[in-house]
Amino acid sequence: MTKTVLTGVLGAAVLALGASTASAATLDDVKAKGFVQCGVSQGLPGFSNPDADGEWSGMDVDLCRGIAAAIFGDATAVKFTPLSAKERFTALQSGEVDVLSRNTTWTMSRDTQLGLNFAGVNYYDGQGFMIRTDMNINSALELSGASICTNTGTTTELNVADYFRANNMEYELVAFEKADEVVAAYDAGRCDVYTTDQSGLYAQRLKLTDPGAHKVLPEIISKEPLGPVVRQGDDQWFNIVKWVHFATLNAEELGVTMANVEEMKESDNPSIRRLLGTEGEFGSDIGLENDWAAKAIAAVGNYGEIFDRNVGPDTELAIGRGVNALWSQGGLQYAPPIR
Amino acid sequence: MAVTDMGRGVADAPPKVALLNNPKFRSWLFQILLGVAVAYLVYSGWVNMNANLQAAGVASGFGFLGENAGFSVAQSLIDYDQGTSSYGRVYVVGVLNTLIVAVVGIVFATVMGFLLGIARLSNNWIVSRLATSYVEFARNVPLLLQIFIWYFGVLRLLPQPRDSLDFGPLGLLNIRGYFAPKPVWGDGSAFVLYALIAGIVIAIGVSRWSYRRQMATGQRFPSLWVGLGAAVGLPLVVFLALGAPLTWDMPVLGGFRPSGGMTVIPEFIALLVALSTYTAAFIAEIVRAGILGVSKGQSEAAHALGLRQGQNLRLVVIPQALRIIIPPLTSQYLNLTKNSSLAVAIAYPELTSVFAGTALNQTGQAVEIISITMLTYLTFSLLTSAFMNWYNARVALVER
Repeated sequence: MTKTVLTGVLGAAVLALGASTASAATLDDVKAKGFVQCGVSQGLPGFSNPDADGEWSGMDVDLCRGIAAAIFGDATAVKFTPLSAKERFTALQSGEVDVLSRNTTWTMSRDTQLGLNFAGVNYYDGQGFMIRTDMNINSALELSGASICTNTGTTTELNVADYFRANNMEYELVAFEKADEVVAAYDAGRCDVYTTDQSGLYAQRLKLTDPGAHKVLPEIISKEPLGPVVRQGDDQWFNIVKWVHFATLNAEELGVTMANVEEMKESDNPSIRRLLGTEGEFGSDIGLENDWAAKAIAAVGNYGEIFDRNVGPDTELAIGRGVNALWSQGGLQYAPPIR
Repeated sequence: MAVTDMGRGVADAPPKVALLNNPKFRSWLFQILLGVAVAYLVYSGWVNMNANLQAAGVASGFGFLGENAGFSVAQSLIDYDQGTSSYGRVYVVGVLNTLIVAVVGIVFATVMGFLLGIARLSNNWIVSRLATSYVEFARNVPLLLQIFIWYFGVLRLLPQPRDSLDFGPLGLLNIRGYFAPKPVWGDGSAFVLYALIAGIVIAIGVSRWSYRRQMATGQRFPSLWVGLGAAVGLPLVVFLALGAPLTWDMPVLGGFRPSGGMTVIPEFIALLVALSTYTAAFIAEIVRAGILGVSKGQSEAAHALGLRQGQNLRLVVIPQALRIIIPPLTSQYLNLTKNSSLAVAIAYPELTSVFAGTALNQTGQAVEIISITMLTYLTFSLLTSAFMNWYNARVALVER
């Protein structure tokens, strides 16, 4: 009897899953319901974090707001679904969210095995270690035997395994489901080391009892290109997400900002005119209005503005542009031209 | 009886009822229709799922179980190497971690629950009130919250490794866990194990023989002491005769955490305490119900026959109370086992955490991994039920 009920439930669950993935045109769905459903983290300052009033802010959040603005001309036409590291891919695969913008590392297996596509890199990150200053440790190579706290279901677990194995060091891994518990356990002294993406370390350090008593070690042990993810098989939606991100990069390169976007529409520079929809039919090619990029930039600004507002030197996180500078300024952020 | 009677009736007089009105035919028809419907539902679910997975480009199959896992697990009862062990091994590690916390938790919860249940019935006002308040508190606070309280409570109480509490020969205690001395068995110690098994067999034999003799002749024999002597004494004699082939690997302070010995991680301690104290409260109520369910006349009759209070409890009250206690107790054991999956919140590496958590995320094989995990919990539960039903049948009322 138990088995019969179980298989019945399984079957029903599977049917439900089937029903939601069957619809391919995400843009039509989004237009029909009137908002973008965006998967974000459960609270990572600078990337996706709710404030006391439940208003979300951060780089990943701004990407979703930019997409909503490009489609509807309204940056508030977006609903956020906080997802744990574990839940995120299933939520996207099953159609619960339209786009996953949740500091997610682009890896080959995720790109090829999960039926998902990475639509770009909105933050180049790398995994680092945080440790108490009074432990007098200055390099990750001195960490043999340490207890290490991190999140389950992340690439960090694998990177730390590779790094310690490559350097022939022992360690004890304590992996929690939610970032808040990782912080609490690290703060209580359960672990010597907290490891995650460096941007995350700076963000989570703010939540510790005494942020000044902890430091981030210089080693970066992995490449963590973080970016938005969409379902495979819907190229139109894939293009929209990809090009909203590229539009913010092109805008920074061309000097278009949130403030001057209206006057820039009258610019003589053909690149700017194409970006802002004064020339050409680039919007209709992806199923949007021609001023899609102008609306997105008016809502969230160009990439540099998004970066500075959320994680830049003047914020609590105080992260420098580093490799996230434009290619023309020695960084890695590079967008194909709009033409 | 009824069926054969009816069959005879049908044979005597030719059937005049339509086939559809034949009760036997109808019952079979509906059973078959339902069976077909269920089978079709499962089949179409399966086909639909495969089609959708294929359309979404998600790889499927169970081949991932043989692949290298590449992540580390904090507690493992079997050899686990983060570099070379497979996802299949991660599954086994998770299952064993779930089982150990469930089995130890069930033992603790049962002992605590019985003591508390008896304490609630105590004539001593303070004892019974204390037990009542405990039961009401533990039953009415959500388990996840209790796990957090215990975990972060335990972490706050324990000192940093460099200030470890030193219990001398019993090992060290600090925030990284309890570091116990590890027994290292020397040559020939297998004989101690054989002696232990032999001792237990002898003890069981003696107890059976003395029971039969007492039934036949009324003569009593101190089988408990003789049996205990055989089970403990025999291996002890062998152990000493072999020259005590046992040394202890003591944990030593140094580095980030003590090295050597055996480690009991704080996540295990917190989860074990939370699960057993929580479940003990429910068991206490079940035990109380069981004891109150035996009518007072039974005890009075036992006393009238001249049985002492201890004999009354052992021979009259408890056997009857057990009949009431066992079925709901089984449910509590199943609950405890399933509740252990809440450990995912505090980083105890049990099945849900390492297999349905980390392994799922690394491989993305959600359907396969969740199915395996569900079947595993189902198997645990069915095995526990089967065992408890067998035990229940033994203690159940035998009609004579």
